[in-house]
Amino acid sequence: MDLLQFARGPALTWAFVIFAFGMTWRLAGILLLKRRPDYSEPRNAVSWPGAIKLIVTRSWPRREFVHRTAFGQTLGYIFHIGLAIVVFGFAPHILFFKGMTGLSWPSLPNAAIYLSGAITVGALIAVLGRRLTHPVLRLLSNFDDYFSWFVTFTPVVTGMLAVAHLGARYETLLAIHILSVALLLVWFPFGKLMHATLVFVSRGSTGALFERKGASI
Amino acid sequence: MSTTDIDSKHPLELDQARLSIKKPEQRYDKQGDMPDAQRVETAMRHFVKDFGAVAATYMESCIHCGMCAEACHFYVISGNPKYTPIWKLEPFKQAYKREAGPFAAIYRALNLKKKVTVEQLEEWQELLYDSCTMCGRCTLICPMGIDIASLVGLARHGMHQAGLVPHELWAVAERAEREGSPLGATPKVFKERCEWLAEENEVEIFVDKAQADVVAAMSSIEIMKYPDSIVATAKILNHLGLNWTFRSDGYEATNFGMLSGNSDWQKEMSLKLIDATIAAGAKLLILPECGHAYGAMRWQGANVYGKPLPFRVLHISEFLAETTKSGALKTKPLDKTLTFHDPCQVSRRGGAIEAPREVIDGLGAELIEMKDNKGLSWCCGGGGGVVTIHRADAIRYSAFQIKMKQVDDTGAELLVSSCSNCRQTFDDGQDHFRWDKTMLSLLELVADNLEDK
Repeated sequence: MDLLQFARGPALTWAFVIFAFGMTWRLAGILLLKRRPDYSEPRNAVSWPGAIKLIVTRSWPRREFVHRTAFGQTLGYIFHIGLAIVVFGFAPHILFFKGMTGLSWPSLPNAAIYLSGAITVGALIAVLGRRLTHPVLRLLSNFDDYFSWFVTFTPVVTGMLAVAHLGARYETLLAIHILSVALLLVWFPFGKLMHATLVFVSRGSTGALFERKGASI
Repeated sequence: MSTTDIDSKHPLELDQARLSIKKPEQRYDKQGDMPDAQRVETAMRHFVKDFGAVAATYMESCIHCGMCAEACHFYVISGNPKYTPIWKLEPFKQAYKREAGPFAAIYRALNLKKKVTVEQLEEWQELLYDSCTMCGRCTLICPMGIDIASLVGLARHGMHQAGLVPHELWAVAERAEREGSPLGATPKVFKERCEWLAEENEVEIFVDKAQADVVAAMSSIEIMKYPDSIVATAKILNHLGLNWTFRSDGYEATNFGMLSGNSDWQKEMSLKLIDATIAAGAKLLILPECGHAYGAMRWQGANVYGKPLPFRVLHISEFLAETTKSGALKTKPLDKTLTFHDPCQVSRRGGAIEAPREVIDGLGAELIEMKDNKGLSWCCGGGGGVVTIHRADAIRYSAFQIKMKQVDDTGAELLVSSCSNCRQTFDDGQDHFRWDKTMLSLLELVADNLEDK
């Protein structure tokens, strides 16, 4: 078994197993905890609209905060959108998803993918630079923050190198790219990357609780 | 320290702009003689005691983006990263991951998160108490929607049980539990005040009626420092012709048990008010101009009681708004411009946002809103018990300047709010900065402008 076979075979399979098990374990560990009944008289009897509202509206800053958070949020938007374009718009990725799920969709032109990849790399470097220099982010940051950055950054860079055939044989570069994705999957449930799912749980919980009280959301 | 020690060494300072203790420089910020290891264990056990799915979701969700700092008055005014709201929970996050989270076994086995030390908790006391008013403004900026203020409340539970509370807050909470009021407003004092105020102001103040439709409560700050609020409450309820009363077995809405983090004391204080309202057969309990009293009773009272309350609970501003809208409350036109300071626990976190505006509209006054208002209003800096903590004065006064500027920018003639704790903080700030603005009570403003019958 060569490196590419290993990456495509057992590495990716086990990565998905760990990913699925870890996600389930962590979500169950949170969601199965007790929920105390709330006997207070609600201001709004139906609270789920608050959950939806917060899930949607918290995706952009309020007018009162925008001047203080615009830079960081713009960077965040750039690399999240860039990642989405590269992951879901690149033809070989769509083939991979089709093989796994049977679902397929039209791909984006390669030029758009390369540009998105380059912008994403640039934004991720800026994000790291900001984390290392901003006093608040430096104080808050721990291993999870830096390692999560690393496992997000690596697949983008290795993918671009593989496409450009730069630095090694294509098969080797592709194997490294797939292994970097496997690493991302393995780390995903254990660190902050889980925010991809927890964002809905957390925003939804606060939205529903606050809607019940008529509090600001 | 014994009760006698508290009373003799730290008598109340009742004649100052802010109600607190004398000789604050003699501090006992570590209560009891529990061994350090036990303190840590107790703090963590009580932190997770009331942990449910929501709190666990919050603990798991932080992405360390640091945005919460930008909503916090203490960070914005100082630029000091330690005031980042989520950082105030760092030892508790550490302990949660190690002891209670879904992967706790892995964290412990590989020692990925170290055990929290008592030194850490002592250091964090300042962040959890002195520099957090639990105003919840950070909740509105967090991209994950984490309600950091509620987590600070849980952390305070742990800190209180471990005997790691700022001295002033502990002393007043202990006194509240022992005497029924944190600031010396015992039932005897309250009744005497009511008698004296009734005579002085020629107004009927009902106390201990056996049956009443409405029970009114006051905050200790109002009883001791702003007794005109008692008179104003009586004038308005009499104007409306209601069958109402104060109850000497349950008049104190202030809940320092909640502020300091002692859930047993919180329950005891809430039950006094609940039992007194039930004893009077009342259908309505009116809460005073006090922010945290509203949260304690309106949103937590029924949960403390263990079932729905058999009466309605309204903040006085909500009551005034209801009676204004119904036409029962008739006031003379107030031909002034005014700006309104939203008390965080009533407005942002309590949901009574429009009520005071409806009252102001009913008064015919012109409301000039501050740049940040309603749910986004800046905290006065004194909530969450911060105004009682002397060593927090410097950072509190700094934060207060944000509010001063927003008030000044409106150019309004009057400054009004509906929280006596905010009022006390504004009075103290006014005195400190020699500011030309005086905080007025919405309740008293209405009472002073009642239409003659």
